Amino acid sequence: MEGLNEKPLTALMRPDKAALSLAEYERAGGYQALRKALKLAPVEIQRVVKESNLRGRGGAGFNTGMKWSFVPMDSDGTKYLIANADEMEPGTFKDRMLLEGNPHQLIEGMIISAFAIVATEAYIFLRWEYALASERMSKALSEARAKGYLGRDIFSSGFSLDIKLHVSAGRYICGEETALLNALEGRRAVPRAKPPFPQVSGLWGRPTVVNNVETLSNVPHIIANGDEWYRGLSRSKDGGTKIYGVSGKVKRPGLWELPMGTTIGEILEEHAGGMREGLKLRCLIPGGASTEFLTEEHYSVKMDFDSVMEAGSRMGTGTMIAVDDKTCPVGVLRNLEQFFAQESCGWCTPCREGLPWVEKTLSAIEEGRAKPGDLEVLEMHGTSLWIGRTYCALAPGAMEPLRSGLKLFRSDFERHIKEKGCPYKAH
Amino acid sequence: MAKILIENREYEVEDGQNLLQACLSHGFNIPYFCWHPAMHSAGACRQCAVKVFKDENDTRGRIVMSCVMPVAKGMRVSIDDPEAKAFRENVIEWLMSNHPHDCPVCDEGGECHLQDMTQMTGHVYRRFRFKKRTYKNQYLGPLVNHEMNRCIQCYRCVRFYRGYAGGRDLDAFASRNRVYFGRSEDGVLESPFSGNLVEVCPTGVFTDKTLKSHFARKWDLQTAPSVCVHCGVGCNIIPGERYGELRRVSNRYNGEVNGYFLCDRGRFGYEFVNSPQRVKEALLKTADGVQEVSKEEALRLASHMIGMGGKVMAVGSPRATVETNFALRTLAGAENFYSGFSRHEARLASLIVEVMEKGPARSPSLKEVRSADAVLVLGEDVTNTAPILALALRQAAKNGPLKTAMKLGIPFWDDMAIKTATQGKKGPFYAAAPYATDDDDAAVKTFHGPPVEIARFAAAIARELNPSLPIVDGHSEETASLAREVAQALLEAERPLVVSGTGSGSEAVIQAAANVAWALCARGKKAGLTMVMPECDSLGAALIDSKGLDEAFAAAAEGEFDTLVIAENDIFRRMETEDAENFLASFSHVIVIDHVINDTVKAAHITLPGASFAESTGTLINFEGRAQKFFQVFVSAGAQQASWRWLKDMMDSTGLKLQKWESLDDVTSDAAAVIPAFEKITRAAPKHGFRIAGQKIPRQTHRRSGRTAVEADKTVYESKPTEDEDTPFSFSMEGFQGQPPSPLIARFWAPGWNSVQSVTKYQEYAGGPLRGGDPGLRLIEPKVAGAPFFKAVPISFKARKYGWLLVPMPRLFGSEELSVFSPPLASLQAKPFIGIAEEDAERLEVEEGDEIAVRANGKSFGLPAIFVPGLTRGVAAVPLLPGMAMLTLPAWGVLTRAKRRAA
Repeated sequence: MEGLNEKPLTALMRPDKAALSLAEYERAGGYQALRKALKLAPVEIQRVVKESNLRGRGGAGFNTGMKWSFVPMDSDGTKYLIANADEMEPGTFKDRMLLEGNPHQLIEGMIISAFAIVATEAYIFLRWEYALASERMSKALSEARAKGYLGRDIFSSGFSLDIKLHVSAGRYICGEETALLNALEGRRAVPRAKPPFPQVSGLWGRPTVVNNVETLSNVPHIIANGDEWYRGLSRSKDGGTKIYGVSGKVKRPGLWELPMGTTIGEILEEHAGGMREGLKLRCLIPGGASTEFLTEEHYSVKMDFDSVMEAGSRMGTGTMIAVDDKTCPVGVLRNLEQFFAQESCGWCTPCREGLPWVEKTLSAIEEGRAKPGDLEVLEMHGTSLWIGRTYCALAPGAMEPLRSGLKLFRSDFERHIKEKGCPYKAH
Repeated sequence: MAKILIENREYEVEDGQNLLQACLSHGFNIPYFCWHPAMHSAGACRQCAVKVFKDENDTRGRIVMSCVMPVAKGMRVSIDDPEAKAFRENVIEWLMSNHPHDCPVCDEGGECHLQDMTQMTGHVYRRFRFKKRTYKNQYLGPLVNHEMNRCIQCYRCVRFYRGYAGGRDLDAFASRNRVYFGRSEDGVLESPFSGNLVEVCPTGVFTDKTLKSHFARKWDLQTAPSVCVHCGVGCNIIPGERYGELRRVSNRYNGEVNGYFLCDRGRFGYEFVNSPQRVKEALLKTADGVQEVSKEEALRLASHMIGMGGKVMAVGSPRATVETNFALRTLAGAENFYSGFSRHEARLASLIVEVMEKGPARSPSLKEVRSADAVLVLGEDVTNTAPILALALRQAAKNGPLKTAMKLGIPFWDDMAIKTATQGKKGPFYAAAPYATDDDDAAVKTFHGPPVEIARFAAAIARELNPSLPIVDGHSEETASLAREVAQALLEAERPLVVSGTGSGSEAVIQAAANVAWALCARGKKAGLTMVMPECDSLGAALIDSKGLDEAFAAAAEGEFDTLVIAENDIFRRMETEDAENFLASFSHVIVIDHVINDTVKAAHITLPGASFAESTGTLINFEGRAQKFFQVFVSAGAQQASWRWLKDMMDSTGLKLQKWESLDDVTSDAAAVIPAFEKITRAAPKHGFRIAGQKIPRQTHRRSGRTAVEADKTVYESKPTEDEDTPFSFSMEGFQGQPPSPLIARFWAPGWNSVQSVTKYQEYAGGPLRGGDPGLRLIEPKVAGAPFFKAVPISFKARKYGWLLVPMPRLFGSEELSVFSPPLASLQAKPFIGIAEEDAERLEVEEGDEIAVRANGKSFGLPAIFVPGLTRGVAAVPLLPGMAMLTLPAWGVLTRAKRRAA
């Protein structure tokens, strides 16, 4: 099928957005990659995936095959594979489409990935609000179990696996892979110390790999078509396609599976149709809320992990939020920081105490209660809530838009302070 | 050892240690909150940031949290780096953004780690101008006060309460900047170690409620090094006094004994010293009743009684000092001295002395207990008889899983990672007791049965280890396989430990426990054997003499005695009432020295007010065999003096047996010369003549307030401090202000470190022993020769048709003689009850709470029934509580339903 060679992740999806049934999925070649994979050696699968240059789609962009290779292969006892479906990054909704539209693709990817690290138990850790995904995933899992694609001795390979669906209690921090593990164990969703990494001591202290839904959904296609094919899908060094998304006041907000490395301008202008009439783009956050702002001058930047990094931000989840020129940037920041302050787990001091301070200060500026020194307080947080100083990446992520926003919208901040209120509200 | 550079100077540090501990060990000041030397690193507070440079060429460096940074050879560290300093100041600023400015009315003020750390970082001005968060506080019982607004969310409380001490009813709730530490609802904290929250909390969230009821600042408390008298562990404590009242007890670090923690009985039992039940003046019983008499008059009468030429009998006490017992022995002569054990206690105590002195197994210190890697508890309800030993065993139970985690390359101090990797798994810790105990949840497997069955279970384990020991028949396959499993686990361990003691009241259990430990020794294992004894000088008393009160009774019945002198012993707790009455009645004169009014005091002709531990100095020997000296804290307003001194004064007054005892040291030395087991005892602590640079050690702090005003209501002249002939301490602010030898540390304080965290400054390295070694002197070391195995195996338990086996059930609150006089602890005591197996309810035709008539030893009393899990059918548990009749247990008795339930 032609589409599968361009858009392997989404080509099969039904126009009516109903989930592909097992039969439909199989008719289109589904579960063939699994049959192939189970005849390979697990390390061979690891090698192919590593060579394919599939990088983690949750936002960190770590080479997936490499991540798997840290799992001790000689360890006896249970190992776990977990699909991180706790998609809670503001502005991000790509995994939802994959979960709702083609649940078997994820299941197949998970079985292959579990086999690659010889994990015998797997979980899907699903965002609480994804009720439809939960329903469809449960159904797909039952279908797979009924067919014997899950359970004991899959395709007579000797490999056994079951996948359990766990619906999260609903906190942003649960998407952090180690907090996810704590949450799954029934503990407080607080991130864990690294090292040890989950590959060595993860769920219930056992070797564990946590991969994003989109990452895992790519795996069957890599196994079916090879690493060279997969690399060939991309316009940049990172392999494959990427599900890009745009939200904000654009003409056609949505999601598109495009070659990795499609430029920001192309995504925004061609696919999302540009800004709505009368609005101009002020800035965009390229990959969920916890990345730094980019502007129109970055239209030619390729959306891949390294290129966006070079441009001074991160690709993150690859789902952009476009901010228009009529929306107050201070208000945008306040909204974002309110989210992060609320979602702090409360474990480490800088995040727990710093983010509410940032939020309160931004509110004060926005509402005309600014005091001298407020910008210094914000800048102090931008520096101090940084990687290595906090326990996990939540607060540094929260600081990415703030740090760039303070530079980019300096005059807006100053106007707020001088005019004792939000100049955008006056209109 | 590795060499690292701190501020460009080279220092030797232990490989793999964390950087914070390494820097603190070298005397550097780095502020911290969540790190605790016993609970290690959490990485939560982010306060201990420093800058680390990879090597000489690295000029940028990076900020790291020193508590979670393993030291590596050649590492270059800067604490003073401006960026690191600025970040540490940020952290304090964040913590202070919600912390109330209530230091003047906060009990923690003046010994607050948060105050100290705030000062240390230099943070002075708060930029945060928004509303502070507030919380609702909880009622946590009579011991610990809760004030959540002060919380800085360091997570130490839950890490101690749950992680270290195994508590369940305190937790972290909610998230973000609303994290809350408390219970799911108001209520008394259930952990017997709850009082440690007061010291674990770096600020004033958890404070000592008993201190609050008669508050004084740390700098105003008069203190001296002391030893807890409320069980046989011998935890080191610092009692604090102001205006003649004992205000609190805090922990005195001793790495070999209690480490950083105390139990609630030990921390809050001190209130007996302030009790209205105290004997403060000499009392004379006449036909007209009891009247107070002067010290001189009392002494005149007492010496008259003992000096009349009639024979004198002396009864000492397992809760009295070595010196007091020895003085009694001197007064009456060895043949007329009894240590004050009941007949049954005496048999158990002498058996334990025999086991410790003649066997090959070593009695480990609590530090060694904490490092044991396989533990078998036999017959002892440790949490209720020796709580801090139970806490140590909980740590030992983690050692097996810890080893596994360390194989993954996780350093032992990386607490969160260790917890992830170990997942609360239990190491080889096996507990056998007559009923389900508070220790059971730490055990991998438990065994419940009456004492003889515990002995038989232990005999089966010993037989597994040593085929020359007798076979135990009649075990179920389940029990036999558990015995094999335990034997295997003990054999596989490097440092196996067997714990038993007097708790089950069974000689057979003690013998079987010794056999297990000895069998391990015979297999080449360095097995430890801990024998729990219930009172603060049980072992010391047993080493002097272990004749029971039954023998005293028999001797008295011969009628040759005229006068009885009892010190610090309520014999009504050890003899049946009628026997005790008859015993006392067989003397013309009964002289009692004690702290509180008890039944024995009530029967005395003359009562002399004995100084409590806080008002006197003396030596105690804990069940490890460690001689420890406690020092007088304050001079009481009453006529109290140490029991041994009353005895000396009596002897002096008679003129018959003039003692050349000028100070306590002379008594100790005499005891050492006369009793072989006490040979080394004088070395337990420096003597009274000890001086540093010619100075005594002050009991009062250099910041004490009101020195010249305290007595201004009586006289405007400042009175001369009381002389202290017994110790190197002064009752004043003057004296040597530096660090004294470890047994003489009166309080922990260092410049900039006003809180209990200053202990680090007194240690050889952070978390290590006190400089010069931890206090106390071991008196008993094992013999290297072969094991004198006990050969008898008891016959198995048979439930009787009409009889019930009554077994003792010691309780943390209520079973110890003095702490029951502490009102907050008394309020937590259970009401008397009889424990039965739920399965026996039908046989007795009762429901829980119904009254049961208990008949035993010819006595009969009614008690409500409580179901006690783990009890064998036909066995009933008798809690040792005030108000319960004295029974020698285990014993057979009869239980019947007292009356029909109302329909």
